[in-house]
Amino acid sequence: MIHFIKNLTDRWQLGVILIALLFAVPVITVVSFVFQGPNDVWQHLVETVLADYISNSLLLMLGVSLGTLSIGITTAWLTSICEFPGRKIFQWALLLPLAVPAYIIAYTYTGMLDFSGPVQTFIRESFGWGPRDYWFPEIRSIDGAIMMLSLVLYPYVYLLTRAAFLEQSCVTLEASRSLGRGPWRSFFSIALPMARPAIITGLSLALMETLADFGTVEYFGVATFTTGIFRTWFGLGDATAASQLASMLLLFVFVLILIERFSRRQARYHQHIGRQAHARRIQLSFKQGWTAFIACSIPLLLGFALPFSQLLIWTIETAEEMINSDFYTLAANSLSLAFVTSLLALLLALFMGYGQRLKNTRLIRLMVRIASMGYAIPGTVIAIGVVIPFAWLDNSIDDWARDQFDFSTGLILSGTLFALVFSYLVRFLAVSVGSVESSLGKIKPSMDDAARSMGYKPFQVLRKVHIPIMRTTLLTAILLVFVDVLKELPATLLLRPFNFNTLAVRAYELAADERLADASSAAIMIVLTGIIPVILLSLAITKNQYEPSEND
Amino acid sequence: MTNILLQLNSIYLSYGSHTVIEDIDLTLQEGEIGCLLGSSGCGKTTLLRSIAGFEKPDQGQIRIRNKIVNDNATNKPPEQRNIGMVFQDFALFPHLSVKKNIAFGLTKLNKTAAAQRVQELLDMIGLADIGEKYPHQLSGGQQQRIALARALAPKPDLLLLDEPFSSLDVELREQLATEVRKIIKHEGITAILVTHDQHEAFAMSDKVGLLHQGKMLQWDTPYNLYHQPTSQYAANFIGQGVMIPGTVLNSQTIKTDLGDIHGKVPDGCRENCPVDVLIRPDDIIHDDKSEHQLEIIDKVFRGAEFLYTLKLNDTSSVLCITPSHHNHPVNSQLGITLDMSHVVVFKRNLTK
Repeated sequence: MIHFIKNLTDRWQLGVILIALLFAVPVITVVSFVFQGPNDVWQHLVETVLADYISNSLLLMLGVSLGTLSIGITTAWLTSICEFPGRKIFQWALLLPLAVPAYIIAYTYTGMLDFSGPVQTFIRESFGWGPRDYWFPEIRSIDGAIMMLSLVLYPYVYLLTRAAFLEQSCVTLEASRSLGRGPWRSFFSIALPMARPAIITGLSLALMETLADFGTVEYFGVATFTTGIFRTWFGLGDATAASQLASMLLLFVFVLILIERFSRRQARYHQHIGRQAHARRIQLSFKQGWTAFIACSIPLLLGFALPFSQLLIWTIETAEEMINSDFYTLAANSLSLAFVTSLLALLLALFMGYGQRLKNTRLIRLMVRIASMGYAIPGTVIAIGVVIPFAWLDNSIDDWARDQFDFSTGLILSGTLFALVFSYLVRFLAVSVGSVESSLGKIKPSMDDAARSMGYKPFQVLRKVHIPIMRTTLLTAILLVFVDVLKELPATLLLRPFNFNTLAVRAYELAADERLADASSAAIMIVLTGIIPVILLSLAITKNQYEPSEND
Repeated sequence: MTNILLQLNSIYLSYGSHTVIEDIDLTLQEGEIGCLLGSSGCGKTTLLRSIAGFEKPDQGQIRIRNKIVNDNATNKPPEQRNIGMVFQDFALFPHLSVKKNIAFGLTKLNKTAAAQRVQELLDMIGLADIGEKYPHQLSGGQQQRIALARALAPKPDLLLLDEPFSSLDVELREQLATEVRKIIKHEGITAILVTHDQHEAFAMSDKVGLLHQGKMLQWDTPYNLYHQPTSQYAANFIGQGVMIPGTVLNSQTIKTDLGDIHGKVPDGCRENCPVDVLIRPDDIIHDDKSEHQLEIIDKVFRGAEFLYTLKLNDTSSVLCITPSHHNHPVNSQLGITLDMSHVVVFKRNLTK
């Protein structure tokens, strides 16, 4: 009996290690191609497009940095330190653009700003101009991509910077002001430097999304790594070169992570004097207040209200034609895929998180980190890392079956939903692991001990104590993965089984056919689902300010 | 007709190169309340957690009701040891009501029997009407009693209490300690308690073990621990008192500045051997008529009594407690007599 229990905890440990290694396969696969050396296709890429990929990616990152930082920090400062009309609404509404995937906002703005779109039509009609009588900025450009990405990614910077501003002790700011610095100088010399680690974390999240973005840059014809990988894979059919491109992209991501880690090292030296009531907000004058109002309205309007209204109008206009049984199949596909994945992700996360709690060794911690590194890795890269080993396995099984039974098994893994769900799990497991870990961390270890001393085995303790206590967080974890899966485009595009479509893929296909209005019904479904976690997030923000957490 | 309920034989435990517990033996009879006393970091909590099964000793045997739960070959998990435990932070489950918390360990009973047992415990701890409340709605003292009831509910062989009063107000502690002792005795359960507070240890337990740097210095009744400490550390840690120097005159007599004291001389001490004698405040009786007068160098008013510090010689002083109507000014003389019913003598450690 004793040995059985011992084995059980060891099995737990073994399970954690196996899952982590399985989840590391895609990255290992992709990186291993670096050691294969360059082939002709790679040579061709280097000679033609590689320089473009690098410069475009760098340019995008630079532009998105400027965009997200300026919007994110300004709005964070205004909503956390100042008092002006509408502040309470802005503090959560500014998160709404997070619900819109970049490719969807890109399709929407293209439709709105195109030659035949409402804006240009309005201009032509108002001034009686002909088609070539005026200049209009081209949205389908790298500048347009930077704008689109900035508009939906600034909430990362906003969210983290705002939290940092709120956590700063008011005493520090008051000390600065008592030493003769005004509120604005205090902001630049005290608050901003103190929030720097948080700002960089937010920025690095935004930049990871930028690097991972496929839909926007593809649609705008901006050649970056993700589109390059896609083309090398589909167009040239070369796994080696595609993997090598993916490895280069991973290098970019890796550098980002290093920078973020490095900046966060300093966070330790920052003060944490418990949670103090924040200093009284700065009451802005009437003119200042309305300036602040406008400054907060613009990102909200451009990043959410405007595109959302346009999507809504298009959806209503095309409803008769587009909302049919095909659409329901599409929605059912997407929703069930997202549901299954999020449930599996939660089960795996519970297993890993609780395994780590049972045996908190360095090895297990490392394994949990490995299993959750997928979040930093672009979907395109994961798709390649999944399809190569799966195809190899399929071929091996097929060969073996032909040899033995003179019978072809076909593609068992790589062409099925199995591969797709697996790649989602690799990419999004970090989300559920993160939720489970932080939630478990709030449960005091004495709870485990108490239940154990009353005759419960580890698994029963998880079921009877931890899961009920964590219920809300676990639901949130499911929801977050659910929405992420629903939005995910490149991996789905690369790995979906033949004739299997999701909302995201359908929106992509219709947009690619210039049927932007028709794409809106699929797009709006994704956005609407995306709003749910944003609401939860906003609720958590506003609640945290006033109430201590339940488990304290 | 007593049975040994808990027996520990030469327990060792270390984390890496850091030894936490070293060669600990102890036995607890059925129905007794034992206590592990010591300052923080002495290994008392680790020892308790080893008995519970949350830590695994490197060496040694632990028996509960004559069943081996730990030795070199065995290490039963906590859920199989039939123990109950009260935690420092109480560890009540926040998602369960008081009743469900108490019933948590009653998995072997059917619903009616479990409900009955829960009600019985609620009555016993005097909280019969809060069964439907949730832990966060309760005061610290109430949570403490619920935690105790929860641990007692399945009638464990052994109840373990880890600093059970440390998160409560000082005023509450003493009252609860007596109450908890009564409840445990009423249930007839053997218990072992960990604390750093000697008053708590004395109020609660039949046997106290003093731990220091992972070693058990003394395992004895509270009375003996106070009056017959076997080590200098124990003498200093427990109660108030001072060591005054003395010299052995013969096998029964020690010469000190307080006069000749009669008692047992430590082994290996011959004539003229330098020793230290423990003088507790209760060894010195205030007596105005005594010819033995000492100068008062400090006094503390403690309500019912005064604690005087009296100058003995240039290097030592002694303590004397008097009822508080004996108000003498500092620097005046106080008459005393010696009443040493327990003479505690240690051979002087010359290396110090």
